[in-house]
Amino acid sequence: MGLEYVRISPGFEKYMPKDYVDLVQYGQFGKQIDVQQLGQFKELVEEHPMCAGCFMAYFVRVFYAALPNPEDTIVIGTAGCARLALSQAAVPFIYGNYGDTNAVASGLKRALSIRFPDKTKDVVVIAGDGGLIDIGFGMTMHSWFRREKFTTIMVDNEVYGNTGGQESGMSPKGVQLKMAPKGKQFDKINAVELAKTAGCVYVAKLSPTNPKRIAKTIKRAILAARHFGPTFIHAYTSCNIEYSIPTEKVLEDARKREKQDFAFYEWMTDEVKEFFEEIEKKTEEVKA
Amino acid sequence: MPEQKVVDADYLLLEAPRERKFITGAQAMAEAVKRANVDIAIAYPITPQSEVMHLVGDIWAQGYLKDYYRAEEEYGAMSAIAGAVRGGARAFSATSGPGLLRGLEAIASWPGHRIPAVLGVLTRVVNAPLSIQPDNVEISYLLNCGMVVLHAENQQDVFDFTLASFVISEKVDVYIPIAVCTEGFFVTHAKGYVNMTPEDMKLPPRDPYKAPVPPTDCEIPPARIQRDAPVQKSNFMSYLIHAVWQQEIWASNIRAMKYIYKYLGGPIEVVNPEAEVFIVASGCAAAQGREAVRYAQLEGLNVGLVKVKSIRPFPEKEIREVLSKAKAIIVPEHNIVGWLAKEVKATIPNNDIVIGGPRVYGGMTLPVELIMEKVYQALGIKKEKKVVV
Repeated sequence: MGLEYVRISPGFEKYMPKDYVDLVQYGQFGKQIDVQQLGQFKELVEEHPMCAGCFMAYFVRVFYAALPNPEDTIVIGTAGCARLALSQAAVPFIYGNYGDTNAVASGLKRALSIRFPDKTKDVVVIAGDGGLIDIGFGMTMHSWFRREKFTTIMVDNEVYGNTGGQESGMSPKGVQLKMAPKGKQFDKINAVELAKTAGCVYVAKLSPTNPKRIAKTIKRAILAARHFGPTFIHAYTSCNIEYSIPTEKVLEDARKREKQDFAFYEWMTDEVKEFFEEIEKKTEEVKA
Repeated sequence: MPEQKVVDADYLLLEAPRERKFITGAQAMAEAVKRANVDIAIAYPITPQSEVMHLVGDIWAQGYLKDYYRAEEEYGAMSAIAGAVRGGARAFSATSGPGLLRGLEAIASWPGHRIPAVLGVLTRVVNAPLSIQPDNVEISYLLNCGMVVLHAENQQDVFDFTLASFVISEKVDVYIPIAVCTEGFFVTHAKGYVNMTPEDMKLPPRDPYKAPVPPTDCEIPPARIQRDAPVQKSNFMSYLIHAVWQQEIWASNIRAMKYIYKYLGGPIEVVNPEAEVFIVASGCAAAQGREAVRYAQLEGLNVGLVKVKSIRPFPEKEIREVLSKAKAIIVPEHNIVGWLAKEVKATIPNNDIVIGGPRVYGGMTLPVELIMEKVYQALGIKKEKKVVV
């Protein structure tokens, strides 16, 4: 149905909240937005209660602007910081139990495929390092082993931010956090290699320094999941509170990490590569 | 794909012709699923449940279901059920003992998430020393979840309760999950006669728009839907949101009662309503209680049975009424904690007449003689113990 359910029935415009009318008239539904136009259209997520200077909030904002099909997308999250913004977006959002995202997404995607075999319905999980790689690890991995067709985006702030700053499996070795009073004893888990081994068809790792590239990566991950299988993006989204990064230094920190362990990385199967080449060829033909 | 005609739910449950088969409890559950127009079933192995989901897998392979898979473990299975049901599908799973407890975080959230799923619970030991044997202590963990909990005595009940549960759970004024419990092995692996509706008839498909909460499928307005928001703030408004939501869940649970009357003949069955001593029992213990009533009759003793089919909603009014003139109440159970005895004691005003037990657990059978000992105790009859040399 897509756009049909978003549109306001004629005559009802003046009774709908202005916010909703703006979404339909000046929002992204039914359009492809260039992420560099952020601030010039009605965004899917505007207000959120995340901390000042939070880079995860910025990433989430870019994520929504990048959705290829927002009117037919369902986002799934779990406990953690990201859901504070995800739950306020104009895209259906499911918040289940602790770390259950990839199991819920498996059931949901299958149900939608049964009910709407001829329609495109994108399912995207956005959860943190704790949700996906600690408590939800088994479900994350098995959704990939089963080749479930949805996208998983890990917003990695290297800490349990929402519960007050505890160590996670993705915290760097040696970092002193709550529940790691002597510093973390083991290395950051290599989520990207796990994703490749487990059967993801498109895997990317990034530090959010370049909005255009973030948007392209998100679009690719969603399109590849639609047609081929599980896809995964590992995004560094620092916690400026628990890691004491001054607000004005958040971007600087992201650039620094990009030079260290978060250099942009993109991997895909040959099949997916051909698919994107085909799409890009068509786009160029249209332009020409 | 097998040809099945969609028929009206009331017709299928109440009027359709029935054919008598001699099958196991596991078969009875799968046969009910076959007739329930289920979209997706999600399985995970655990003894003694596995047999049920093997058979459900077989009927998926035959084309009766649209999707089926073996999940990573029960928390994943139960979470995926929640995802599928939110997406508008009709879903089924089954589990046993430790599997139920592993999935319980997800299961306990189903009612509040308004997930009308049907879950088979084929009971077994959950506590250490671990064992796969029959014991129904796990039902006590389900009592405070908000879901409807039915307890089947035999293979026929398993078929009837399972098929009716799909209809009851999706009623707009109920819309919470239903657990169909029965004892593992004693019922799942033993055969009994089951009168079944025709194989070529099935329930109408789920209509996810006939619901108190919308499905998450991007098909209906408004664009801004959040399912299952956590209540994030610490203020009175957020306490109130949680409170009214849970009040509605428990009200929904009580509203299921009228459908239990309509489709299952009520939450209790009474044998010999004029008795002075009553056995109150559920599941397999009710079968043994039935046999004890027969023994008592042969001995000229006035003993009756109240079989409790619905544990949630608990038939408080009905039980108070039936037991109003009882002189003694015996509650035989297949668990150590005596959860049914506690329920009965909390229900009647004169609960000093309740004799908790006999209780067997860890896989023991429940000999009728054990129940009869309590009957004699209640009636003040002294019997000499027979000693077998």
